[in-house]
Amino acid sequence: MISCVSPRTSGELTVLGLDPDRDGPRIRARLGVVPQEDNLDPELTVRENLYVYGRYFDIPKMALRERIEQLLGFAQLTERGGDRVEPLSGGMKRRLTIARSLVNEPDLLLLDEPTTGLDPQARHALWDRLYRLKAQGVTLVLTTHYMDEAEQLCDRLVVMDRGRIVAGGSPRQLIERHSTREVVELRFTPGETERMAEKVSDLADRVEILPDRLLLYTADGDAVVEALGRRRLEPLSVLARRSTLEDVFLQLTGRQLVD
Amino acid sequence: MSAPAPGIGLRWRVVPPAPGRARRLVDRNARAAAHYWWVPLSGLAEPVFYLLSIGIGIGKLVGGIEGPDHHVYRYAVYVAPALLAASAMNGAIYECTFNVYFKLEYAHVYDAVLATPLRAVDVARGEIITALLRGATYSTVFVVMMAALGDVTSGWAALAMPAALLIGFAFAAAAMAATTYMRGWTDFDLVNLVMLPMFLFSTTFYPLATYPRWLQIVVECTPLYHGVVLERSIALGLVGPALIGHAAYLLVMGLAGVALAGRRIRVLLLS
Repeated sequence: MISCVSPRTSGELTVLGLDPDRDGPRIRARLGVVPQEDNLDPELTVRENLYVYGRYFDIPKMALRERIEQLLGFAQLTERGGDRVEPLSGGMKRRLTIARSLVNEPDLLLLDEPTTGLDPQARHALWDRLYRLKAQGVTLVLTTHYMDEAEQLCDRLVVMDRGRIVAGGSPRQLIERHSTREVVELRFTPGETERMAEKVSDLADRVEILPDRLLLYTADGDAVVEALGRRRLEPLSVLARRSTLEDVFLQLTGRQLVD
Repeated sequence: MSAPAPGIGLRWRVVPPAPGRARRLVDRNARAAAHYWWVPLSGLAEPVFYLLSIGIGIGKLVGGIEGPDHHVYRYAVYVAPALLAASAMNGAIYECTFNVYFKLEYAHVYDAVLATPLRAVDVARGEIITALLRGATYSTVFVVMMAALGDVTSGWAALAMPAALLIGFAFAAAAMAATTYMRGWTDFDLVNLVMLPMFLFSTTFYPLATYPRWLQIVVECTPLYHGVVLERSIALGLVGPALIGHAAYLLVMGLAGVALAGRRIRVLLLS
């Protein structure tokens, strides 16, 4: 709806101060879109993909050529400029799709799960690129299932569950509001977990029982670990860590699989 | 590597004027075609094979045939303009079915295009213009071949190419609209099922009077018939007001096709 490719179902919507129903082309001229699945043009080379796309925005040829070299550098694809798109790796295609979305210097960049399916190196390379764009003042709107990605990139985020917004704020605010500062994860031999949960329930603000481990939500993880030692409880493994957005997300949306 | 410098973009971000937008897609198609430079060769060769095999080969057996003006013409002279009409149809349909379907369903070219200032109707127009440009090349070669083989008898033949464009427009637009309804590659057999009888029965090879009256009426309803009459009348110099009716049929068919194709692409991709 924001990119003016779906009609709005109800309510009010303005994008960049314009009405998507009336000003679709004018809004899209100022947007960059990175779809969930790469839709690069397989009949064109890497460089042509950027060129043809830039021409859809009516960018003059001379300016466009210069811009393309910048974008190829940005996407680390300068050497592959003359190649077809198909033999490129997943990470390269993703970088090219992002470079393509920047060809018109968008004010607003929409990214739909930008790093899904990428290996860790490619993800970090992409995050780095996106972070630079953010630093330049481009507004990024992204959807993701990766909470670490949201934590890395987002100033403001909303958690959606079954199409409804269930919480919103900065990553830090969300953790403060919906989780404790730290979490201690305990593993016991199978079958003992529930019995142990009763023995430690007073040590934490909240104890969550999972099939394979206990999660103790607390402000001070080290204090909990010390207390366990004093009570001579000996779990198979102990892990004290900081709360993450993942904890918040699971707390808010539940652990059941949603299909 | 540093990120691309911001700021210079604002000047560019004007929305292209409506006619220019369809042209951007034509440019895209031209670039893609440049990678497949040998594809047009078949389109160019096909009508030449027809002209030689049917015009010369079968023409030798048939001898002369009576034209619409009851004048007897050499068979090649009679059949060549009809083959021109049929090849304009074939080229347009091929371009706007297989190629468009591939881009629509597999390459997702239009999904990407519609995230830019281009609109669904620009996509439809762009593809139809592409088909027409390719068709114009083929038709020109065909007309030159006709002249070279001595199958052109009237100066009116100069209009044969524009008439072929009109035929191409009608079929390209209709094919584009039909493609948006395709459920899979097997549906393209239905396209052949429509094209082949039209090619064989639209008075391409013999006059309408050969048929019983009921079949004449059926043939008169099909679009290729109007294309064939148009091309044959022009090539034989039998130009009269009746041709306006045939041309109008094709024009209306084309305009309706563009409108429907634009709407269907919007439904398929923008919902």
